[in-house]
Amino acid sequence: MSTKFRSIKLPLILMTVPFFAFILLFNYVPLFGWLMAFQDYFPGKPILEQDFVGLKHFHRVLTDAQFMHALRNTLVISFLSLLTSPAPMILALLLNEVKKMKFRKFVQTVSSLPNFISWIIVYSVFFSFFSVDEGAINKLLLQFGLIHTPTDLLSNSGIAWYFQTLVGMWKGLGWGAIIYLAALSGVDQELYEAARVDGASRYQEAWHISLPGMLPTFVVLLILGIGNLLAGGGFEQMFTFMNPMVMDRLENLDTYTYKMGLQGLSFSYATAVGIMKSLVSVLLLLAANAISKRINGRSIL
Amino acid sequence: MRESPSYRMFNIMNYAALGLLALATCYPFYFILIYSLSEPSLVVGHPSFLVPRSFTLVNYSEIFKKNDLTGPLLISIGRTVIGTLITLFGCSMFAFGLTKRATPFRKPMYIVVILTMYIQAGLIPNYILMYELHLLNTFWIYVIPGLVNAFFLVLIKTYFEQLPPELEEAAMMEGAGYFTVFRRIALPLSKPILATITIFAAVGQWNNWMDNLIYNSRQELMTLQLMLLRFLQTQQFSLRDAALLSASQDTLSVTPTSLRMTITVLVVIPVFLVYPFLQKHFVKGIMIGAIKG
Repeated sequence: MSTKFRSIKLPLILMTVPFFAFILLFNYVPLFGWLMAFQDYFPGKPILEQDFVGLKHFHRVLTDAQFMHALRNTLVISFLSLLTSPAPMILALLLNEVKKMKFRKFVQTVSSLPNFISWIIVYSVFFSFFSVDEGAINKLLLQFGLIHTPTDLLSNSGIAWYFQTLVGMWKGLGWGAIIYLAALSGVDQELYEAARVDGASRYQEAWHISLPGMLPTFVVLLILGIGNLLAGGGFEQMFTFMNPMVMDRLENLDTYTYKMGLQGLSFSYATAVGIMKSLVSVLLLLAANAISKRINGRSIL
Repeated sequence: MRESPSYRMFNIMNYAALGLLALATCYPFYFILIYSLSEPSLVVGHPSFLVPRSFTLVNYSEIFKKNDLTGPLLISIGRTVIGTLITLFGCSMFAFGLTKRATPFRKPMYIVVILTMYIQAGLIPNYILMYELHLLNTFWIYVIPGLVNAFFLVLIKTYFEQLPPELEEAAMMEGAGYFTVFRRIALPLSKPILATITIFAAVGQWNNWMDNLIYNSRQELMTLQLMLLRFLQTQQFSLRDAALLSASQDTLSVTPTSLRMTITVLVVIPVFLVYPFLQKHFVKGIMIGAIKG
């Protein structure tokens, strides 16, 4: 029995347990680091030997004007991106109406390209077009005498939120549409044929068949989007587009955590911010999922 | 006959709108490319919009001479190759083990891995872990954390599960062990999904700069991506001076902007080269992901 066990199971254990241990180490051990939020953590001493200070840092977070400011920016940016979330679905509908397959493939391919480049490249692209000194758009408008002084859209805090929403769409729109097109390809073709027999117009087909066909995907993405409300555009986009002029509007919870924790070395404080973000995000995800389940019986978790 | 005049009108508008969208996403890259191929002194302040102005490769030769681009380029290539191999190894072997009934606790192990997609400890705890593991400021910080990736694991495991079991069973009857079956049967039969993961992982590695920013401050381990960001950040404010300087001094053969455009091209080109495959596989990948939920 024991030799048989060894000969059969040992290879399987070798194939799984080391990787499982790796997951525990890299993904679950750091959770113990949450203890830092209840301490005045100072690097160099083992975590269990640090001084515990209770909920001090959580109090500090909730009374900190800078945190509230970052929270406001986060929520506004996330809300704006939720507002634009139907856009990829509309693009998919438009692409679906294109009968010339070559043109359709071309638009699909080209428009989803930005999804696969890093935010640094995205920033470099926008910098090339919108910067005040060398930006192509400023140069072009000046050349044709349409403006007399260049405008610096990248440093305009008044439009920063909307500008970033547009940047987000530039990067994600085409790819988002591909996801919906994948959903559309799963729609039963007989539905369209039946509609045609009944004399439905193109618009009616789109409205009554294509749109409902994409709706489940939309709901899934919406639930995930609600779970991501505290991402506020995420770290990478805001960090790359950050400059002193727009910091007031682009500082989100992620960049704030980075600033406080790694640049300011307030490890405990930054961990407290991180914990609150994680917990609220999971709660939002579960709540959105529960609501979706009640309304249309769909659960994604 | 079914196409009403209003639909025909819509069609024209639709083609125009989609054409504009395609232009908005591909022209910027073309603009950057022709800038990098133009004579730097001729495009400073007056960029060319259609074709390179006085075609030259001076930016590309200068960048390797003066800007120490070779180091970051090698680091980026190195992390892409090594990181992708590590990911392929870890995810495929773990996934194989998890598909075998005889593996003890395979279901709980799988659930614990899946949960990592939702539970994240956050920036500082991860930073402390890397510090404790002595991974800070090493090359390994770029590649080791990718050993197991929950999303890739789901994709490969799903693929393994739909392979016909007869071949494996026959091999085991002949006395082959699990490692042999994995290497000789499961992997060769799974080339499509392995190709997909290879492209996913390689693009992910090439594009990653967060780990560089957060965990690696050593100059000689800087990746191409972060180098471009640093370049952009210094240019943001010194650009006017730099432009004036290079306009007045004919001796300067390149400008900060021309160099930045050139680095941008170099960083983007590998992604564009694999892009046709990428797009095809990504759609397949998300379909599997969607079905598996």
